[in-house]
Amino acid sequence: MTSFKRTGTYVFLSLAALISIFPFLWMIVSATNLSVDVSQGRLLPGLHLFDNFRKLTDSIDLGQSMWNSAKISITTTVLALLIASLAGYGFEIYRSRAKDIVFNILLLSMMIPFAALMVPLYQMFASISRSVPSMGINTVTSVILPTMTTAFLIFFFRQSTKMFPKELLEAGRMDGLSELGVFFRIYVPTMRTTYAAGAIITFLSSWNNYLWPLIVLQSPEKRTIPLLISNLGSSYSPDYGVIMTAIVISTLPTALVFFLMQKHFVAGMVGSVK
Amino acid sequence: MRGTAVGRSNRNQSRIIGWLFIIFAVFMIAAFYFYPMIQALLLSFKSGRGANLHFTGLANYKRLFTDSVFLTAVKNTFLFLIVQVPIMIVLAMFISVLLNDSKLRFKGFFRTAIFLPCVTSLVAYSVVFKYLFGADGLINLALLKMHLIASPIMWISDPFWAKITIIIAITWRWTGYNMIFYLSALQNIDQSIYEAARIDGASSIRQFRSITIPMLKPIILFTSITSTIGTLQLFDEIVNITKGGPGNATLSISQYIYNLSFKYTPDFGYAATVSYTIVAMIIVLSVIQFKAAGDK
Repeated sequence: MTSFKRTGTYVFLSLAALISIFPFLWMIVSATNLSVDVSQGRLLPGLHLFDNFRKLTDSIDLGQSMWNSAKISITTTVLALLIASLAGYGFEIYRSRAKDIVFNILLLSMMIPFAALMVPLYQMFASISRSVPSMGINTVTSVILPTMTTAFLIFFFRQSTKMFPKELLEAGRMDGLSELGVFFRIYVPTMRTTYAAGAIITFLSSWNNYLWPLIVLQSPEKRTIPLLISNLGSSYSPDYGVIMTAIVISTLPTALVFFLMQKHFVAGMVGSVK
Repeated sequence: MRGTAVGRSNRNQSRIIGWLFIIFAVFMIAAFYFYPMIQALLLSFKSGRGANLHFTGLANYKRLFTDSVFLTAVKNTFLFLIVQVPIMIVLAMFISVLLNDSKLRFKGFFRTAIFLPCVTSLVAYSVVFKYLFGADGLINLALLKMHLIASPIMWISDPFWAKITIIIAITWRWTGYNMIFYLSALQNIDQSIYEAARIDGASSIRQFRSITIPMLKPIILFTSITSTIGTLQLFDEIVNITKGGPGNATLSISQYIYNLSFKYTPDFGYAATVSYTIVAMIIVLSVIQFKAAGDK
């Protein structure tokens, strides 16, 4: 009976693992095959990865999109970590009744669906465009500004700060550090793992963001990776090999982040609900 | 008291410094969440084309009830919600209970593999699924070869199957994500509780019902609320797999708001009204879920 159950467990988990991995295998294999072979169901690796890559870079500016995405994701991540950790630290270390009320109000913003914000945000940036074009529609700034501060990340840093040894702060103050000095010289280095986890969550969601860039980035040379992939995927006569090559390349940065920092990744996700 | 940690002599000064730490974040959240939220509410009482808006009172809200496209989008979204969210949560819980077995081998491999779909962007996996489930895509080729079906299933272009495809896709992408929360909660359950139950002669099903489920309740609540909010905002998958079609068979509310604002002749007022229905649904469904979790 038990061994029967045991076998069942392994069969079920193997099946679940196979289903989870298969689309990845298929997209990697397809990136090495010609479109014809892909559509005939070829599942063996081929020799056409470089042809596909050349065809891809001949028809679209993949490098430009990668650069756009990198610029936006890295800037967003750095600013998001700075703003959210300052706030999370402030709420926890300088705790007061008034600040707790403000904190709870901020948390409410997590319930606001982006769908309810996109129209007024678009209008806001359209009107900024008229006076300051460099910050309006179709700029990197317009993508970053509304997405870089999230109550989620502030909450995450506040929760982690609860674990931070307060004696270290006292020691820093004794050494004559200013309040901001204590934050940057003592808190930031001590909380490295929290920053790593926060960075991963923020980078991934920024790299993968689709709807808001779709609304504000209108010219092709400003396109981020998800916009480019979506565009390729909606072509009427798709070249499967070429498109899969693009998808593999676009997934590399996030996959790399995941495999290098899997521990922080999971800690970041789970730490937020504890 | 935490206040003593700061030191009493410069308490007033430190209170001001405390506000300086949080002020920028508060400003940003106010400017990019609460302010637009109020703008959307004001917009929802106005109507007109493009920037030419005038006050029309509750006309937009009345229009909702006779707008067949909107009603279809609501119906679709709720279908995804009612079918997909429970399947995914039960699946995630089931897998995590299997993985939590201390004697299980290859645990790390199974966990990583099932979590892997989370590294893909919603757009990338949607495009992959669109091709896998195409009329002459790999899924149909395989099913035909195994003689499980006589003719290809129209996964994308049939109104019924298109909904199934979306449900399969979302379940593939998010089950591993939810599993991680259950796994970490299971690891925090004290094993001695199970031992005591075993000594008392409780069966493993009984243990699951009387120990595991009650201990997981906060996580069940958390995952159902986040999944509900996510499904109500469904956009990337719909746009990139089915484009909302065939007809409006898979149109989601978010996609309809996008279409109203940026695809058709823009009607920002009515789009804002539709967006407020999502806000209302999120509030109502979250309250229901909180109540349901509190009762048991």
